[in-house]
Amino acid sequence: MGKTITEKIFASHHRDDPSENTVVLDIDVIMCHEITTPIAINDLVERGMDRVCDVNKIKAVIDHVTPSKDSKTATQAKILRDWARRHNIQDFFDIGANGVCHALFPEKGFIRPGYTVIMGDSHTCTHGAFGAFAAGVGTTDLEVGILKGVCSFRKPQTMKVLINGELADGVYAKDVILKIIRELTVNGATDKIMEFCGPVVDDMSMESRMTLCNMAIEAGATCGVCAPDKTTAEYLWPFIQNDYASVDDAVVDFEKWQSDEDARYASEITIDVSRLVPQITYGFKPDEVKDVTEMEGVKVDQVYIGSCTNGRIEDLREAGRVLKGRKIADGIRGILSPATPKIYNQALAEGLIQIFMEAGFCVTNPTCGACLGMSNGVLAAGEVCASTTNRNFNGRMGKGGMVHLMSPLSAAATAVHGSITDPRQYI
Amino acid sequence: MKQFGGSVLFLDRNDINTDEIIPAKYLTENSKLALKPFILEDLKLEGFDSASEKLADASVIVTRANFGCGSSREHAVWVFEVNEINVVIAESFARIFRQNMFNCGMLAIELAKEKIDELFSLGDSTTLTIDLDAQTITAIGCEEITFPFTLNSFDRDLVQAGGWLAFADKTY
Repeated sequence: MGKTITEKIFASHHRDDPSENTVVLDIDVIMCHEITTPIAINDLVERGMDRVCDVNKIKAVIDHVTPSKDSKTATQAKILRDWARRHNIQDFFDIGANGVCHALFPEKGFIRPGYTVIMGDSHTCTHGAFGAFAAGVGTTDLEVGILKGVCSFRKPQTMKVLINGELADGVYAKDVILKIIRELTVNGATDKIMEFCGPVVDDMSMESRMTLCNMAIEAGATCGVCAPDKTTAEYLWPFIQNDYASVDDAVVDFEKWQSDEDARYASEITIDVSRLVPQITYGFKPDEVKDVTEMEGVKVDQVYIGSCTNGRIEDLREAGRVLKGRKIADGIRGILSPATPKIYNQALAEGLIQIFMEAGFCVTNPTCGACLGMSNGVLAAGEVCASTTNRNFNGRMGKGGMVHLMSPLSAAATAVHGSITDPRQYI
Repeated sequence: MKQFGGSVLFLDRNDINTDEIIPAKYLTENSKLALKPFILEDLKLEGFDSASEKLADASVIVTRANFGCGSSREHAVWVFEVNEINVVIAESFARIFRQNMFNCGMLAIELAKEKIDELFSLGDSTTLTIDLDAQTITAIGCEEITFPFTLNSFDRDLVQAGGWLAFADKTY
């Protein structure tokens, strides 16, 4: 019987079966940020176990609240920084080099097809875009990962998500994943791996695949995954060029991380996106999704473009299509947070930062900040935000605030229109 | 081994997420105890008051499907732990929250919807005891009911070891 990508990764990283339904895996990459790691570090120190399993497997970044906004966040940053220093963790990213973890670590080439990845962050599923198994975990799992290099999971069950058709202009990966969550509900893929495949995924850039996999957790999934192909190899080429004679050679090697034709899936869904229109959330759950045309005219106070979902260069370019030569409508605040310094620099070089600023956007440094209501754009009670982020939970961007999730194009169109609108009229 | 049971708090809603259990703005605390006052602060549930005595007295939460969805923050487990709630019984859990509970040596028990309905029907002043060896739940409200539950043997081992760190340190 054939295997899925994830079953192959599990087989190659198998350490133990502590029960019939549970597998302990060796982990290749253990990623750490300053919100969920410090308590693990403090606990290891208190137990007299302040060690790391393999310094090269650890990647750390201060990203959630940076620069620190108060004494508490400065202390969290200091705990992570001091720990990285005393263990000589080379891949540690502090102010000046830091960015949103799930945008920064892929662009550093840390994630490869077939890898196992954990982080104390639910959006770790993003890295499945590279044909890896990447899962968000809690602080105790992270702590054990740091110490022992292992993590436990239930045996993988894969849901095949076949995406057919052709995306219309103005409709993006964000709209596709919101549509999928709308169909599946927030509990529809719990304990499953969502394997995205089909012609639409084949045509997607790595950035779009990351957007797709990033929100797999919003349907409850453990991980999203896309089969590695030429697009993956081209993205990773600067980091793998010493390992392969050519991109094509890498693609051939990556084939070992493809699902077999006779692989068994726990379930399958098929969606045709040819007639898909831009999608938007209306409630307090990511499955409360409508066509943007059903939300026309809803007023917003703030537009936020950024995050691990949609703060990459491709997202800024799409928003820039709408913003070029236009101004934000009166009464709306616009915030852009490019997800990494590299993206920021690229946006500067391409003239995008100027377009955003001339439109009236405030451009902040790379940080998670406002997405989870911690800094750089928290909402007041009663305020509404059009946001390219991933969660619209009650209080997510600030107590009493309301978040409508949408694509960067839809968010930019909302900013210039003055209320939620179909972005396709602006392109 | 830790004893599990006590006064029940019923939360009658699906998909209660970890942002509702402990909002992100409190994740800047570096002590578990500091989280204590903020339990369920943003829970969207009619009639629920996070300052109520009912919550202060509770040792067990009984709720519906997909409890603990959203963020991976283990703070959502710690905030229960420091409020002396060490059992959550639900129709189903989000993966990370469920694992975090067992990783901390606490119980996340899944029951069929009919059993959850039965527990809800016992009324607000229900107390409940869990026999981990026999794998039974006995609940006393307007009547007394006892029924079995199942635990993955690994999850049971984690509870017995006092959590994943202790288990992993010994085993790997």
